[in-house]
Amino acid sequence: MMFNEETLKEIKAKSDEYDAQVAAGLAKRPERLAKFVTGSGEDVKRLYTPLDVQNTNYAEEIGFPGEYPFTRGVQDTMYRGRFWTMRMYAGFATAEASNERYKYLIANGSMGLSVAMDLPTQIGYDSDDSLSEGEVGKVGVAIDSLADMEILFGGIDLGEVSTSMTINAPASVLLAMYIAVAEKQGTTADKLRGTIQNDVLKEYIARGTYIFPPAASIRLITNIFEYCSKEVPQWNTISISGYHIREAGSTAAQEVGFTLADGIAYVDAAIKAGLDVDSFASRLSFFFNAHNDLLEEVAKYRAARRLWAKIMKDRFKAKKSKSWSLKFHTQTGGSTLTAQQPENNIVRVAIQTLAAVMGGTQSLHTNSKDEALALPTEDSVRVALRTQQIVAYESGVTNSIDPLAGSYFVEAKTNEIEAKAMEYIKKIDDLGGAVAAIEKGYIQQEIMDSAYNYQKDIEAGKTVIVGMNKFQIEEQPPKDLLKVDPSVGESMKKKTQGVRASRDQAATDAALAALKKACEGDENVMPYILAAVKT
Amino acid sequence: MSKPIRVLVAKPGLDGHDRGAKVVARALRDAGMEVIYTGLRQTPEQIANAAIQEDVDCVACSILSGAHSTLLPRVKELLKEKGGDDILFIGGGVIPADDIPYLKEKGCAEVFTPGTPTTVTIDFIKANVKK
Amino acid sequence: MDNLKERLLNGEKRAAARLISIVENNEDVDQILLKDLYKNTGNAYIIGITGPPGAGKSTLTDKLVKSVRKTGASVGVIAIDPTSPFTGGAILGDRVRMSDLNTDDGVFIRSMGARGHLGGISEATGAAVDILDIFGCDYIFIETVGVGQSEVDIVKACDTTVLVSVPGLGDDIQAIKAGVMEIGDVFVINKADRDGAIKTKNEIAMMLELKEDRSWIPPVDMTIAANNEGIEGVLESIAKHKEYMLESGNGFKRRVENRKNSLMNLVKDRMTRVLLEKTTNGGMFEELAQKIVAKESDPYTATDLILGKLNLS
Repeated sequence: MMFNEETLKEIKAKSDEYDAQVAAGLAKRPERLAKFVTGSGEDVKRLYTPLDVQNTNYAEEIGFPGEYPFTRGVQDTMYRGRFWTMRMYAGFATAEASNERYKYLIANGSMGLSVAMDLPTQIGYDSDDSLSEGEVGKVGVAIDSLADMEILFGGIDLGEVSTSMTINAPASVLLAMYIAVAEKQGTTADKLRGTIQNDVLKEYIARGTYIFPPAASIRLITNIFEYCSKEVPQWNTISISGYHIREAGSTAAQEVGFTLADGIAYVDAAIKAGLDVDSFASRLSFFFNAHNDLLEEVAKYRAARRLWAKIMKDRFKAKKSKSWSLKFHTQTGGSTLTAQQPENNIVRVAIQTLAAVMGGTQSLHTNSKDEALALPTEDSVRVALRTQQIVAYESGVTNSIDPLAGSYFVEAKTNEIEAKAMEYIKKIDDLGGAVAAIEKGYIQQEIMDSAYNYQKDIEAGKTVIVGMNKFQIEEQPPKDLLKVDPSVGESMKKKTQGVRASRDQAATDAALAALKKACEGDENVMPYILAAVKT
Repeated sequence: MSKPIRVLVAKPGLDGHDRGAKVVARALRDAGMEVIYTGLRQTPEQIANAAIQEDVDCVACSILSGAHSTLLPRVKELLKEKGGDDILFIGGGVIPADDIPYLKEKGCAEVFTPGTPTTVTIDFIKANVKK
Repeated sequence: MDNLKERLLNGEKRAAARLISIVENNEDVDQILLKDLYKNTGNAYIIGITGPPGAGKSTLTDKLVKSVRKTGASVGVIAIDPTSPFTGGAILGDRVRMSDLNTDDGVFIRSMGARGHLGGISEATGAAVDILDIFGCDYIFIETVGVGQSEVDIVKACDTTVLVSVPGLGDDIQAIKAGVMEIGDVFVINKADRDGAIKTKNEIAMMLELKEDRSWIPPVDMTIAANNEGIEGVLESIAKHKEYMLESGNGFKRRVENRKNSLMNLVKDRMTRVLLEKTTNGGMFEELAQKIVAKESDPYTATDLILGKLNLS
């Protein structure tokens, strides 16, 4: 307990007095709104006091940084030790063009790479497939073969950078290519650092780039867990993503609940496949959104950390402290950006950056102001990166760990989000776990309901989006948007056809046949995928 | 019995962002329309065939992948080929203003970009379907 | 109008689609047109697919259609979804699971909202089936959630009705017991890789043993439609049922029974329309109801008065 009974009694008396006084004055001076809510539509009281956190046990529920339940952060010194990794998601057109952008970002102080792949690559089509028409190089870089991957990382020492790849259904293939490129550079797999997203469940829930059915996908994922625990021990084998769930319209509590439910499904599957929970748990990582409601978002990250720690310790009986701690990457919320008055987005991103940082993120991508319109230009990406640097070096919020802890409001919201998320997890357990809940459409339906309510609130003017449904101006359509050279599709087609013509087809066929056989049996398929990408 | 407007809400291309498509589908439903939703990753051929078989009054394509200039004109072309030139054809998504004149020239009656209230889309459909 | 007729007989999809809209909207032309064309019906074999939400009906239909298509036969699909009682709108999402069929020239899929049809959704469906039949479909699948009388009416109108279930839905079995069971000619346990599949199968088989009419005991097939497993078995059961219906003469009897029902509905529909016209759009009802409440009249005299308008009593 944070307060003794005597103190609480006094506060209660005073609080009642205050409530009565305010109530008496409301008739004359009503408040702006009848009801105040968070960005997720949760009620917000006029005032939070020690009464709202009287049942919170500091030692058990809040504790200290780097210690269970990690509410205050996963490292003991947090940003006093080192800042979060400023990781800007980038990639477009060809491997050559993306490689140039990466070198530009590194030169400007970016600390890790974050690779965006185009949709054909994400869904497993070559650039010359008819379904790739119009899509090649559009939302990311096109990778058809190892040759493209070598160009993508040309001149970048893979032993030095940490690389995050937003790749899910074919994550095993892209990871194998990364390992193969590193080997050619003379770097062994055990030195590699980075993350693959590799989270197929959320593709079914929210993002849509799935290939294989859930069961087969989960086998690939557990194969990667096992392979990396031995061969690529510094690699984060999955980034369990709430980001896209939130983008699809969920609330903050749903983001936590559904993401951790996915996490539970992966851990369950890996244990079922015979892995020891402590052998892979420390390499699980998470990926969350950052929206505009600063305090709710901070509470969300704190709640997620605490809840995951409890799940890993109590439900899965993990023994190592590292297995309990939830590390996460954050991206600022794409869906919060407006196409109207795009400069305003810089301010939104700054608030969201503060949320992620005060929430204790391990790495951060900040969106650029023009992303509701097109892929960002180099200039707008620089402003987004500078936003992180200003928060890191100038704002002062990084000097003390978890600086909002102890705020009655933030602690109460942390408790509330944890409880709501736990309710969702319980409901999903009752439905038979995340896979069954997705198959039944439960999770998608919940998210869609939230998204639709949010849209209706905006259209009714209940939720104000500055520049969009209030304070609008007449504006000219923006100029200078990034345009992907439309000839990329053609040149990629030629390149891939060239690779196909010049490779040792017999070796390729043999490698694919071996892989097929491995898939039909119970073996780990990773070594076969690695052999196949090299042919 | 008044006849409900039938709308095919389609997702051409490979992007999986269907929040917009689904929100619009619900809004149209709540405005009393019958919405046929195609699901993700539809080729122009699939969309045009569905539009004809469903005898819709309007085809609304949502696309966020950047492939709009390739795919939307193709859908319109196929609709025309299959005798559905009279079907109201509209698009929406992350589509740069610079690309909109081209899409209109290619038969998109209107293009709705992020931030458009669903009521605007509903009113546009009601005013422009052939009855 | 004649033009539409020609175009339908020529197998033009747009014409079939237009005509279905016309009957669905209860536009008057339907009856004149279908009078002429009715003689062209009767060639298609009609299969109903029904079961609770989430049983995988669309996926199963998708796989059955693909399998039938391998024989070269052309297929029509009518997928029915509920309509909002408040707005009259609907989201019809069955096509999502049948995407691949969209580019197959030998398949015609139509989604229908179970809107407040004057004559009931079953009438609109019946007319749509006739149109697809005339259009030239060899098989027509009707997919609908097996709840509500009108939907039971729809599947009753099929030559073979497939009742889809999934393991582990205890209430489901109860619902089947409660009366839907009598409409199933073939039973399918979908998602058969789930726990309790065998138990569900045995329970259903046991109930079917209790049937009074022993001439056809419906087979119970197991499928995992999503993996395309067990599909051929269902088709075989359908074929066997078709054969049984032909040989036993029950097929003919059922078609007569179905037409009788549909005729009854058409007559009711027509009479309701005429009645509304002759009673100032139901205004007479309002008037009489007020009098009944005020004890100035009674329900039986009022009925005589109304029927008098139709010259029926």
